Amino acid sequence: MENEQVKNPNLRAHHDYRRKKSAKEMQVQVITFALMIFLTIVAFIAVGIGDFSVKFIIPFILLLAVIQVGFQLYYFMHASQKGHELPMFFMYSAVIIAFVTVLAFVTIIWW
Amino acid sequence: MSSVAVKKGLGASVWEYLTTVDHKKIAHLYLGTGGFFFLLGGIEALFIRIQLMKPNNNFVNEQLFNEIMTMHGTTMIFLAAMPILFAFMNAVVPIQIGARDVAFPFLNALGFWLFFFGGMFLNLSWFLGGAPDAGWTSYASLSLRSEGHGIDFYTLGLQISGFGTLISGINFLATIINMRAPGMSFMRMPLFTWTTFIASALILLAFPPLTIGVFLLMFDRLFGSNFFDVTMGGNTIIWEHFFWIFGHPEVYILVLPAFGIFSEIIPTFSRKRLFGYSSMVFATVLIGFLGFMVWAHHMFTTGLGNVANAIFAIATMAIAVPTGIKIFNWLLTMWGGSIKITVPMLYALGFIPSFVIGGVTGVMQAVAPLDYQLHDTYFIVAHFHYVIIGGVVFGILAATHFYWPKMFGTKLSEKMGYVTFTLFFIGFHCTFFIQHFLGLMGMPRRVATFLPGQGLELGNLISSIGAMLMAVAVIILLFNVVITSIRNKKVGADPWEDGRTMEWAIASPPPFYNFKQTPLVRGLDTWWLEKMEGKKELTPAEPLGDIHMPNNSIIPFFISLGLFVAAFGAMYNPLNSVGDGKSWGLPVLIIGLGITFGSMLIRSLRDDFGYHIHKEDLLEDDKGGKVG
Repeated sequence: MENEQVKNPNLRAHHDYRRKKSAKEMQVQVITFALMIFLTIVAFIAVGIGDFSVKFIIPFILLLAVIQVGFQLYYFMHASQKGHELPMFFMYSAVIIAFVTVLAFVTIIWW
Repeated sequence: MSSVAVKKGLGASVWEYLTTVDHKKIAHLYLGTGGFFFLLGGIEALFIRIQLMKPNNNFVNEQLFNEIMTMHGTTMIFLAAMPILFAFMNAVVPIQIGARDVAFPFLNALGFWLFFFGGMFLNLSWFLGGAPDAGWTSYASLSLRSEGHGIDFYTLGLQISGFGTLISGINFLATIINMRAPGMSFMRMPLFTWTTFIASALILLAFPPLTIGVFLLMFDRLFGSNFFDVTMGGNTIIWEHFFWIFGHPEVYILVLPAFGIFSEIIPTFSRKRLFGYSSMVFATVLIGFLGFMVWAHHMFTTGLGNVANAIFAIATMAIAVPTGIKIFNWLLTMWGGSIKITVPMLYALGFIPSFVIGGVTGVMQAVAPLDYQLHDTYFIVAHFHYVIIGGVVFGILAATHFYWPKMFGTKLSEKMGYVTFTLFFIGFHCTFFIQHFLGLMGMPRRVATFLPGQGLELGNLISSIGAMLMAVAVIILLFNVVITSIRNKKVGADPWEDGRTMEWAIASPPPFYNFKQTPLVRGLDTWWLEKMEGKKELTPAEPLGDIHMPNNSIIPFFISLGLFVAAFGAMYNPLNSVGDGKSWGLPVLIIGLGITFGSMLIRSLRDDFGYHIHKEDLLEDDKGGKVG
């Protein structure tokens, strides 16, 4: 198998292309991972410092959480790649429905 | 392993059905069990109408009336309408997309058996101290105070059958996304497949709220928690929200497949392709989405506040738009078509005006201020029966006639079908049209009796006579089924002669592997295209080869049986709020769960690779020999 790849120029090119692409992807993943850890630390600091009001901290942490979910979906679960359209459609449908549900609960039940 | 007519003993047939993973046999099981529950719910409906035939009647007492009324609703929705629709989905959808089976045949069987045992458990309540009596909505403020174990039968039974429905829904999603034949793009899928797809997505998103709600109610009643008990700091309104977040999409889970069935029947008998195919698909998806944004219109009078009421009122009215698109598309499909009046087509013709009446009264109720007047009156009863019977039951009866040849290889008598339709149609309008006016006159729903001299006598009498007519119609249908089965006159692949989709290209009933060669789909209405080019068969997409098939398995039966046993243990556990806990409750609960998880473990540890039908056997089959 290895031999065949070396000999066939087509396969060779394909192999090189894939290597380059994976390397690039790996780089992005490492950066994202570092960013995610950074955001987590920021969240902890925001609570730990104790100077901010609760009204600021809760939306702020929720915002960080949304960004993290985005990172997770798009950089680790490859949501933007081809062939993932349908799962993403379902994900977003479910997100919208869950959001409406939670919104309704916090606005009209626990007012 | 054979689906062909080799004479087999009764025991062997029973074993075959207990273990089958073939979607066509599971369809038979769903149709049989769902049909049985449909008759049961129908008998309960008759009892309701007999009780309300005249004022101050005492055919049943108030408690029994509450139980009958609750079980009528619960049975019809969960145990009759949905399973019967699943029967047609199972029988038709895999073939419509050119697949040999659903994506997970084992789970398909598991879904059926969970439904079966859940339904049995719920109905055993009649013999074990009384059925649930808090209405099919089982609002927590009422159901927490219900005496006896009725509500526990409701929570546990629905929990078990709900798992089954969820599993089946996911199975259909996976099937439709992954198992389509080459060339079958999304925009070439027949409408019944599309509506099944969207209904399955709704099941996926709507059943978890029900599961959670029922789970919390179960814990409140059986294990001493206080989620819904206001006196202990709970919130009783949350049950209503959970229930309707599930309950409203449930209406679309029921009616969308019925829409799909009519979208197959109308083009077939108009001999014309469906008008506005892409707008039909768009409308289906849109109804699915909007279905989740409107649940609070069931709760206008709960006191949500003006803003919330206004938002949900507008969202509710918006659903009329995609539904209207569908209605006009059906009308325009018939426009200029060469219409053949068969029994399924008759139901389709009866469906359109009936369903429109139900839709119009729906928009009336969406007007929140008017709903304060209509809420909990017979107007509501009339409305949802127009939608559910005019939409779903007509769809089911139409599909029974339409797909009977495909499922069983014989054709139901058209003559008796006409009689059934006529009686049912007249009986239905007779029963429910007058109820609009009873409601406007102020008759509340769910009352066990009413007083004389309030102008309600005549309306209720007419309504009860209509119910009798419907009962007679169903009896004739049953007679039709029996006669057809006894005559056993086999029909060909395309018994309606105008079949458009792929299921009509293969034998009736189809061989157990469906397609010898996976077909190539060259456009919408695949089989019609091929017929118009003078072909006698579908174009194959692959050379003839071995076919990989799954093995039968009894494990789904035991997984479900375990939960059925565990449910008894949970109900009679020492902590239950009824106070009749038994010492054997906990052990039985553990044994039941042990059976379930043990069966799952066996399934996980034992490799089951299925088997192959060899090419030679398939060729032999062509010459008249039988595979098996």
